[in-house]
Amino acid sequence: MVKVLFFARLRQQLGMGEITLKDFSGSLSELRKTLCEQHPDWSPHLQRDDIRMALNQELAETGAQVKAGDEVAFFPPVTGG
Amino acid sequence: MTAVDRIEVCETPLDVAAEYTALQGNSGDGACALFVGSVRDFNAGSDVCGLALEHYPGMTEKSLQRIINDARDRWSLGRVTIVHRVGPMQINDEIVFVGVTSPHRQAAFAACQYIMDRLKTEAPFWKREAVADKSGNPSERWVEARASDAAEMEKWSAG
Repeated sequence: MVKVLFFARLRQQLGMGEITLKDFSGSLSELRKTLCEQHPDWSPHLQRDDIRMALNQELAETGAQVKAGDEVAFFPPVTGG
Repeated sequence: MTAVDRIEVCETPLDVAAEYTALQGNSGDGACALFVGSVRDFNAGSDVCGLALEHYPGMTEKSLQRIINDARDRWSLGRVTIVHRVGPMQINDEIVFVGVTSPHRQAAFAACQYIMDRLKTEAPFWKREAVADKSGNPSERWVEARASDAAEMEKWSAG
């Protein structure tokens, strides 16, 4: 099971902050593709070029490999400080 | 030996005087540089009435610790404090406190700026503003990331 989190604008656009994927293994970009196949209306938001990804609470590239028990997050560019 | 790194994410107002006292007291360092960021009353041409900050609990603290560790690799630093407020805020409220002590001022200034530049581009915080249009109608909007913040960060990679 992989826990997937969404934050800020993206959380509002998708209408949820958290979803779990059962039996997933593959890269972050494959995980994003899987989510878009399951929720076609998410594609325009989740596939935007500026969306950042984190794997186990560290910023990660699209090729990073995800395995069971991992925590993945998608979010827009940060604006704190 | 007191802890040299202090990282806190809080929903309560920042106590800048207390943070400075804790940071500087008996550190033995001759220099202490501080940065305090506050809520502005304008942004992108609109009046801002208030602000709410969201973050990614867990990742936020890890991200800030990494930034401090990288600053310590670059400069000789004594104590480092980062306090970031989240949740609802009013105009003029302090959002972020960054403080650095060092034997010398150049390292303290540079590390303080470096920490803020990294924080602005990679620590998982997001601002949502309450704004009013010319007629006074209220609405909310997520603050967009600024290209200038990314450009400031790039300078550190180049140098």
